[in-house]
Amino acid sequence: MLNDADRIYQNLYGQQDWQLSGARARGDWNATVEILARGRDAIIEEVKASGMRGRGGAGFPTGMKWSFMPKQSDGRPSYLVVNADESEPGTCKDRDIIRHEPHKLIEGCLIAGFAMGAHTAFIYIRGEYYNEAARLQAAIEEAYAAGLLGKNAAGSDWDFDLVLHRGAGAYICGEESALLESLEGKKGMPRMKPPFPAAMGLYGCPTTVNNVESIAGIPTVLRRGAAWFAALGRPKNTGTKIFCISGHVNRPCNVEEELGIPLKDLIEKHAGGVRGGWDNLQAVIPGGASMPILNKEMCETQLMDFDSLAAVRSGLGSGAIIVMDKSADVVKAIWRLSKFFKHESCGQCTPCREGTGWMMRMMDRIVQGKASMADIALMEQVTTQVAGHTICAFGDAAAWPIQGLMRAFRPLVEQRATDYKPPQPLAQAAE
Amino acid sequence: MNTHIEPTDFVFDDLAEGAVTKAIARYPAGKQASAVMALLDIAQRQMERLTGSAWVPRVAMDAVAQRLGIAAVRVYEMATFYTMYNTKPVGKFHLQVCTTTPCWLRGSDEVVASCKKVSGIEDFGQTSADGLFTMTEVECLGGCVNAPILQINDDYYEDLDAARTEALLNGLKSGAPLPPAGSSIGRQASAPVTNQTALLNNTKPVE
Repeated sequence: MLNDADRIYQNLYGQQDWQLSGARARGDWNATVEILARGRDAIIEEVKASGMRGRGGAGFPTGMKWSFMPKQSDGRPSYLVVNADESEPGTCKDRDIIRHEPHKLIEGCLIAGFAMGAHTAFIYIRGEYYNEAARLQAAIEEAYAAGLLGKNAAGSDWDFDLVLHRGAGAYICGEESALLESLEGKKGMPRMKPPFPAAMGLYGCPTTVNNVESIAGIPTVLRRGAAWFAALGRPKNTGTKIFCISGHVNRPCNVEEELGIPLKDLIEKHAGGVRGGWDNLQAVIPGGASMPILNKEMCETQLMDFDSLAAVRSGLGSGAIIVMDKSADVVKAIWRLSKFFKHESCGQCTPCREGTGWMMRMMDRIVQGKASMADIALMEQVTTQVAGHTICAFGDAAAWPIQGLMRAFRPLVEQRATDYKPPQPLAQAAE
Repeated sequence: MNTHIEPTDFVFDDLAEGAVTKAIARYPAGKQASAVMALLDIAQRQMERLTGSAWVPRVAMDAVAQRLGIAAVRVYEMATFYTMYNTKPVGKFHLQVCTTTPCWLRGSDEVVASCKKVSGIEDFGQTSADGLFTMTEVECLGGCVNAPILQINDDYYEDLDAARTEALLNGLKSGAPLPPAGSSIGRQASAPVTNQTALLNNTKPVE
């Protein structure tokens, strides 16, 4: 189990003061100017050396992403945009950072912004996080008042502004190019790539979009050193991660742990175990709604990191673990996710707009035991026509839970079909 | 059926106007369209303040468009694309029940049933006869380790069950103000309900 001293988020649960005074007591904003004095390249190299991979879901190396930003401006400003549109079902980690450790995020914005040559950063926070946004805004104002933001931020000679932008209820705005569209005052419809945001992002300017947990972890990585971070976790899956353990466990919670921790340890040690004991476990969705479901057998030895989960054709995603015991109807649980994706499809690409509704209705038939074996085969075929055929990864995200269900729970799904009795023609009414 | 009456005019009042100016100033010059989401929200809050119902009538969308110098249709499409803008009136208490899988596994069906029982509402999208409650089904609210969650206006009520949901809504019905947001069982945010396993120094009382 991760030593308390090695946890980045010392106030994850909000048991201490979130304000600047409390944050300083935890080491935030301590000699930030010295970190910035190392220079852009040295900061990016240190982040690369730490091996940190993006904490939002895709797991792209953070330092490498920053290095794509132009070293020399062609006249256009560069922007850092922080994705705080936390909406992946099961995920509630950024919420804790925002409300309990807002200064880690703000300091991370300054350092990351400096490293990529940005004088302005935007934080895009989901609209439902109203109280969290108010908290973060208050922290931003504290930072301005203390000279940590604005002109000559933190005494670094670097001018840096931080703007909080509230969303208004659209899961798709967590997709980085949809987020940029939304930030520009448009519907959240993803953009074609290329051009990538680092070349042409917000307002047509070079932009990097990072997740809250990636940015908020940066100051600690730079203070304690890349070697410290890289020594935690597993090779190519370094550092710590906030896991959100929800569903049928005795004590649902968020907890920061090392990447690569066994799934069973997370559930048994931190979340009080599966309701009714480990043997009552039926299934786990290991990385938020889009990541394929695991059956109990797969859960026994599963490690929680990017590569270990990819090896079983699932994914770490956002680190959200949704646990289901034997009382759960897993088919219905996946149907509800299909309904989620149908509701949240932005409607831009036909395979997704039409496919998500179609898949939801077919899942409904399977739940109700009204689908035949042929329907199930057709369903699988349709998922492959949605995944990979859309502008953004939403199509994949909508198809994967169903494909995962078919892989991990095929006998259960087929049982519903074999139990199916097609409706009999009505008997002729008596003359 | 859309039976509500659309007001015929909308003007940002002084309180709103201050917020509008601040919102527009947050974005680079010439990029004031970025403030459209903020302005729709400001308009909705003004409606709530003045009429008791948080919604954005068509004339308010026009006022937003005019203020930002953008085509009205660009505001209409924003107001209909994003779920948090109410394009028809809602009750004083907007019950936004999350029923996505993590909440469903923890009993969101019970929360829905309790909302119906207390408010008399039969289905999602409806407003109670007394105008006090509107019930909306919402997708994941992002508080999953505190499921099930009911968002009322701006606040999350967490770790609910049937009895606590009923008690909460009965209180509102009898005229009580919204209680403080958060866990209904006294949990400390996202920490486990008992037996905290991490950050154990935090559990010691502050001197």
